[in-house]
Amino acid sequence: MTASEDALETKGRGRSWRDVDLRAVAPFAALALLLIVGALVNPNFIGITNLANVATRSAFIAIVAVGATFVISSGDLDLSVGSMVAFVASIMILFMNSGAIADPALMLAAAVALTVVIGGACGLLNGLITTVGKIEPFIATLGTMGIYRGLTTWLSQGGAITLREPELQALYRPAYFGTLFGVPIPIVVIFAVTIVAAFVLYRTRYGRHVVAVGSNSDVARYSGIPVNRVRTIAFVIQGLCVAIAVLLYVPRLGSTSATTGILWELQAITAVVVGGTALKGGAGRVWGTICGAFILELVGNIMLLSNFISEYLIGAIQGAIIIIAMLVQRSLVRKS
Amino acid sequence: MNPDAADGAPVVLAARRISKSFNGVQVLFSVNFELRAGEIHALMGENGAGKSTLVKILSGFEQPTSGEILLDGQPAKLPPNGQAEALGIVIIHQEFNLAEHLTVTESLFLGREVTRYGVLDRKFMRAETRRVLDQLGSHVDENALISSLSIADKQMVEIAKAISRDARIIFMDEPTAVLSREETNYLFRQVRKLREQGTSFVFVSHKLDEVMELTDRVTVLRDGQWVKTAPTGILDGESIAQLMVGRELSSLYPAKQEPSVDEEVTLAVEGLSTHYVKDASFEVRKGEILGFSGLIGSGRTELMEAVAGLRARSAGEVSVGGVGVPGGDVHAANRVGIAYMTKDRKHKGLLLNSRMTANLTLQSLGKHGQYGYLSPKSEAEALERARRRFDIRVRDGRVVAGRMSGGNQQKLLLAKVMETEPDVIIIDEPTRGIDVGTKQQIYHFISALARDGKSIIVVSSEMPEIIGLCTRVAVMREGRIVGILEGEEISEQEIMRYSAGLKKKTAA
Repeated sequence: MTASEDALETKGRGRSWRDVDLRAVAPFAALALLLIVGALVNPNFIGITNLANVATRSAFIAIVAVGATFVISSGDLDLSVGSMVAFVASIMILFMNSGAIADPALMLAAAVALTVVIGGACGLLNGLITTVGKIEPFIATLGTMGIYRGLTTWLSQGGAITLREPELQALYRPAYFGTLFGVPIPIVVIFAVTIVAAFVLYRTRYGRHVVAVGSNSDVARYSGIPVNRVRTIAFVIQGLCVAIAVLLYVPRLGSTSATTGILWELQAITAVVVGGTALKGGAGRVWGTICGAFILELVGNIMLLSNFISEYLIGAIQGAIIIIAMLVQRSLVRKS
Repeated sequence: MNPDAADGAPVVLAARRISKSFNGVQVLFSVNFELRAGEIHALMGENGAGKSTLVKILSGFEQPTSGEILLDGQPAKLPPNGQAEALGIVIIHQEFNLAEHLTVTESLFLGREVTRYGVLDRKFMRAETRRVLDQLGSHVDENALISSLSIADKQMVEIAKAISRDARIIFMDEPTAVLSREETNYLFRQVRKLREQGTSFVFVSHKLDEVMELTDRVTVLRDGQWVKTAPTGILDGESIAQLMVGRELSSLYPAKQEPSVDEEVTLAVEGLSTHYVKDASFEVRKGEILGFSGLIGSGRTELMEAVAGLRARSAGEVSVGGVGVPGGDVHAANRVGIAYMTKDRKHKGLLLNSRMTANLTLQSLGKHGQYGYLSPKSEAEALERARRRFDIRVRDGRVVAGRMSGGNQQKLLLAKVMETEPDVIIIDEPTRGIDVGTKQQIYHFISALARDGKSIIVVSSEMPEIIGLCTRVAVMREGRIVGILEGEEISEQEIMRYSAGLKKKTAA
C-alpha cells in the first residue's frame, strides 16, 4: 500500500526532470569526465589515434561483456568466459595448424565456423549445467572455468599454441589490424555486436523474456515463459560473444597460452556493472556495458600516459571504479 | 467493543490539521485523528485515500507539510526511519521485516542483543522471548526458524517484537490480508488481550466485517480528507462503505446471468490428481461463472495451477472444447485458451520494477510483431486499450507497476491475462487487498466477460464474493471437491458445512 503514490497517480502531474533515468546516463557522464581528465593529463591523450587505439584494445572485453549483459540480465552469472576465450582460441589455432584443408581461405572460413560452434557449445554447456542441473550459476561456471582452463593448459602442454601457417597468418591478420572506411575492424565489430545485442534485448520477444526472468522468474513462469530455455540461450549468447572475441584475438598475436584471458571474467562483469546493469538481474543496458568497457581501458591508458600513478596500480584502480560505480548508482536509486 | 475505551480514556497520539504534499501534489488535507489509550481504531478509506500516508506521518516515517502531532498531549516531532520505536510507536508492515534464517529469539532481539562479558546471553534472551510469547498466549517455539513459521505466527512474532520493545501504539497495515479465518481469529484474540493491557492499535484494513468485529472506533478518509470518526457500534458495514466511496454501493455485485443448461461445455476436468489434490472432476460451460470455495489449504490454488499447466499432474484429463491439454505445460494451456490469474500479484503476477506495457504484454508478446520482433507502437496501443477497458488510473503511463496502487495493479494483472484472449479464465482471489470501489469494478468486469461467452472460474476465500458472483460453487476440502452447489443451495451456511466436512456429496 502506498497511498501517497496513489494520490499522485490519480491527480495527474506533468513530467519533470525525474523522468530522465539518471542510472542510464551515469556511465556516459563518467566516460565524458574521464575524457576531460585524460585531456588535462596529457594532450596526446585526446588525439584520434590514441582514442582509436584504446577502443581497439577494449574490443575483447567489450564483446565478451555484451554477452555477459544477457547472462546477468537474466539473473545468472558466467565466471568461465576468460577460460573459455583461451580454450576456444586454442581449438581454433590447433585446427588451423592441423592442415586438414589445403586452401587457406577455405581453411580460415572453416576455422571461423568451428570457433563459433565451439563457443556456442561451451555456452550451452554452462547453460545446461545451470538450468537442467539446477546448480547455482556461480558454482557451475566456477567449475567450467576450471575445466576450460585445464583443457587449454593440457592442449598447450603448459606452453603456447602458435599459428604456424604463414599464409593463413597473412590472410587472417587484417581481421584485427585492418580498417573499414578508416575505422579499425575491432571497433566496427564492437559496434556491430552491440547494435545486434541492443536490438535483441530491447526490441524482441526474447529480450523481454530475459528481463522478465531476471526480474522475477516466478512472474515469468506464471506468464508462460520457458524460463530455463531463456536462461540457457543467454549462456549460448555469451558463448557466441566469446567466439567473436576469439576471432579478433587470434589474428592479433597468432598465439595463445594457458594464461590467455585470465581475469577477463572479472573485467567483463565490471564493465557490465559499471554500465548500469543490475547484478541481481532484471535490467540490461547493452550500450552502458560498452561504455563500461571503454572506461576500464581508458583508465589504464590515462595511467600509462600520466606520470604520477604507477601503471602497476591499474588493477587497484579498476577495483575502486567498480565500488565507486556501485555507490553512485545506489545514491541515484535513493534519490529517485 | 471495549467499554474501557470510552470517551474518558486519555488520548495518546493525535494529529491536528495534518497536511502533506509530495512534489507539490497534496495528498492529505488538514486531517485530524485521535488515538486513545487502550482502543483499537480502524483507519479506512479507498486506495489512495491517504491512509498509508497518515500512518507514515503518525509513526515518523514521513514529516507533515503542516499541522502538528501530539504525543500524550504534548506537541512532538517524531524521529524518522523507525526511530519512533523508542517512543513506543511501532508499525507492523504487511510484508514482514523478519529475516527468514534467524530464530524467533534472534529476531526479537535483533539489533539490541543482550550480552554478558561481551558474549551473547542466549539463555536470558530465550527466556525473555518465551515470557513475551506466553504473555501473548502464543505457542510459537522461541527456537524455531522464522522460515518454518506460518504467516500467522510470523505476524505474532512481529507483535511480540513490538511488545518486547514496550510498544504502546501499534499500527497494523492490512494485517489479515494473508491470514486464514482461523489465523485471523487468533490474531484478534491477541490484539484484544493487549488492548486490555492498555496498548492502542491503529488497524488499517479493507475488510469491513473484521473492522466491525474488532475495532472500537472508525475513522474514514476519502481523497485525503477526514470524513468521519465514530464509534464502530453505531455504524454498519454498509454505512462505512458509503462513507469511503462517497456514494451508495447499490450494486456491489452485478446481476447474475445463468447460462442455459444446454450451453456447450468449454472446460472439462476429469479425475485430476496432483501431489495433494485427489481426483477432481468438474466442468465449466460457456458464459458461466463457477466459484471455488474452501478453507485455506484445501487445494484450490493447487488444482487451478494444475489445470493451467503450472503444476504437474499425476493423473486426470483436462480438455477445452474437446481438445486435450497436456499436463505441466503453461504454454500449451495458454494456446488452447486457458489463462490463470494468480492471487499473488506482487510475486507471481507483475514485474514490479517494469512499466505497465512490459507487464501487460509479457504473456502475449507474439501478438506484437513477427519473428520475435516487437513493435513499440502495437504495444502502446494495447496499453491504451487496456487502460480504457479496465479503467487503470495512473498519472503517467510510464510508472513502474510496483508504484501503482493495489487496485490498479489488480486491474493491470487482469488486463495482462486477458491479452492472451482466453476462453477459460481462472481468477484466484480476484479482489485481495483492494478497496471496495475497485472491487465493484472488478466484479462487473468478470460479469461482462461471462456475458461475452467466456468461461470463468473464481477462486475466493471471501464468501460474499463467491455467493454474489457465481451461479455454481464447488467446495474443496483437503484436496478433494466435496460438493458442487447450485441455485438455492449457494449460501454461506451451506458452503461452510461442506468446507468444514459436515456435509459431502459426490462431485457432479
